[in-house]
Amino acid sequence: MKVLVAVKRVIDYNVKVRVKPDNTGVDLANVKMAMNPFCEIAVEEAVRLKEKGVASEIVVVSIGPKASQEQIRTALALGADRGIHIETDEEVQSLEAAKLLKAVVEKEEPKLVILGKQSIDSDNNQTGQMLAALTGMGQGTFASEVVVDGEKVNVTREVDGGLVTVALNLPAVVTTDLRLNEPRYASLPNIMKAKKKPLEAISPADLGVDIAPRLSTLKVEAPAARQAGIKVADVAELVDKLKNEAKVI
Amino acid sequence: MSILVIAEHDNSSLKQATQSVVTAAKAIGGDVDVLVAGEGCGAVADAAAKIEGVNKVLVADNAAYGHFLAENLSELVVEVAKGYSHVLAAAGTTGKDFLPRVAALLDVAQISDIIRVESEDTFVRPIYAGNAIATVKSSDAIKVVTVRPTAFDAAPAEGGSAAVEALDTVKDAGLSSFVGEEKAVSDRPDLGSASIVISGGRGMQNGENFQMLEKVADILGAAVGASRAAVDAGFVPNDMQVGQTGKIVAPQLYIAVGISGAIQHLAGMSDSKVIVAINKDEEAPIFQVADYGLVADLFEAVPQLEEELKKVV
Repeated sequence: MKVLVAVKRVIDYNVKVRVKPDNTGVDLANVKMAMNPFCEIAVEEAVRLKEKGVASEIVVVSIGPKASQEQIRTALALGADRGIHIETDEEVQSLEAAKLLKAVVEKEEPKLVILGKQSIDSDNNQTGQMLAALTGMGQGTFASEVVVDGEKVNVTREVDGGLVTVALNLPAVVTTDLRLNEPRYASLPNIMKAKKKPLEAISPADLGVDIAPRLSTLKVEAPAARQAGIKVADVAELVDKLKNEAKVI
Repeated sequence: MSILVIAEHDNSSLKQATQSVVTAAKAIGGDVDVLVAGEGCGAVADAAAKIEGVNKVLVADNAAYGHFLAENLSELVVEVAKGYSHVLAAAGTTGKDFLPRVAALLDVAQISDIIRVESEDTFVRPIYAGNAIATVKSSDAIKVVTVRPTAFDAAPAEGGSAAVEALDTVKDAGLSSFVGEEKAVSDRPDLGSASIVISGGRGMQNGENFQMLEKVADILGAAVGASRAAVDAGFVPNDMQVGQTGKIVAPQLYIAVGISGAIQHLAGMSDSKVIVAINKDEEAPIFQVADYGLVADLFEAVPQLEEELKKVV
């Protein structure tokens, strides 16, 4: 079966972000970018499904500026077969991203679509659920285990208070949680081979999707900084401070 | 304006997060109705009707909603939502699962995990793991919003006397079914709403050592949390994880033991009122946000903490 994986180019997770002085957003100039960590897990899961003989082809799709092709190439180096780049320099919000992905789903007809549960920049946690809604598919969000079983897929989900397993009819949408797998590293020969794999570039207009944003960001500010506290000498002083100064115990 | 709050519950009791969402709804203004969808959830509906400020409680009690499957729940909410200006749910795993589906079916954007209401169409939410705070304005006809429960006080559980109205709509999308669940059992307070949380990180070295934290937690009536490192190392189950990808907590007191303080962990706890860090590495980033820091070996400090607390609590 064909598996579609969506990946996003985001600021590297180790980077401490800086808010722009004019409060219009976060400064992304000259900042290290990378594949969103949850998307890496999605790619890894698709590759494992292919290694198990469950998936026959892995198509990876990314929406964003020209540079997003780096993240598609990374996915190809990890084992995806071909890439689709929906190129735009505009900001694409979750609902519009889901509409673009829906157009790709209609064209490619994958049996399974895997996305990360959230991107670490917008922290929205929406796109997979929205794509499932628009395509009329079932959804297995925050997956920590995915088992394809004939025409169904069993997804174990990380929920508040434990784990829940659901069975979904295929085709279905799955979003990955951190504990689904441990992504592999791309080897140099595979990075070289990935350069020759097909990568198709299209525009949102080619897919007939209007990507005008619905939400406008009025301002972006740095969070209130916490005052650095004091160091205590020992446990007795700590307990004394908590009881008599902070009055929290 | 009229606001629909989707109750979060486990079919027998209402989660406190729902009361926080009611407070957010009151900040928007207008009538606040609560939808309770589940199976055998009559007691939950009664509890929702008593929350101060609730106008009406709608109950959809059917096997189709028993396990909160997003496919079924979203179809129900979409139908009920049509008369409302706002649809709100807590940003727990249930709300995060079904509400974006509702938004897409209504063809509106969703605003996730708000921490403040500016006006009926403008909301404040953290982005980049809490390292930036965005103010966003929605132009959609129906505002679909998830609410960070720790950012709003819980509305009083008593004082309301809303009418309870049963809905007989049954939506079964036929796309998914419940297979099973594994619940983590604990007698301690819920991590998301506990007033004191003690968390352990990689420095705990193994799962057995978390018993040291549990002893302290028992004295303080605290919940026990963990960093992602501790969860990934298999010390404790993942529902104990505090951070960007786990639970967001904002207790009165947060005690971080053997936790370095990575960006993703700070995203989950930096709104705590008082933060205590116990770490042997005095350069650990956790000390930059801690009100009280103790540079010490946790294996000596935690048992001492237990002894000292026994004297004063």
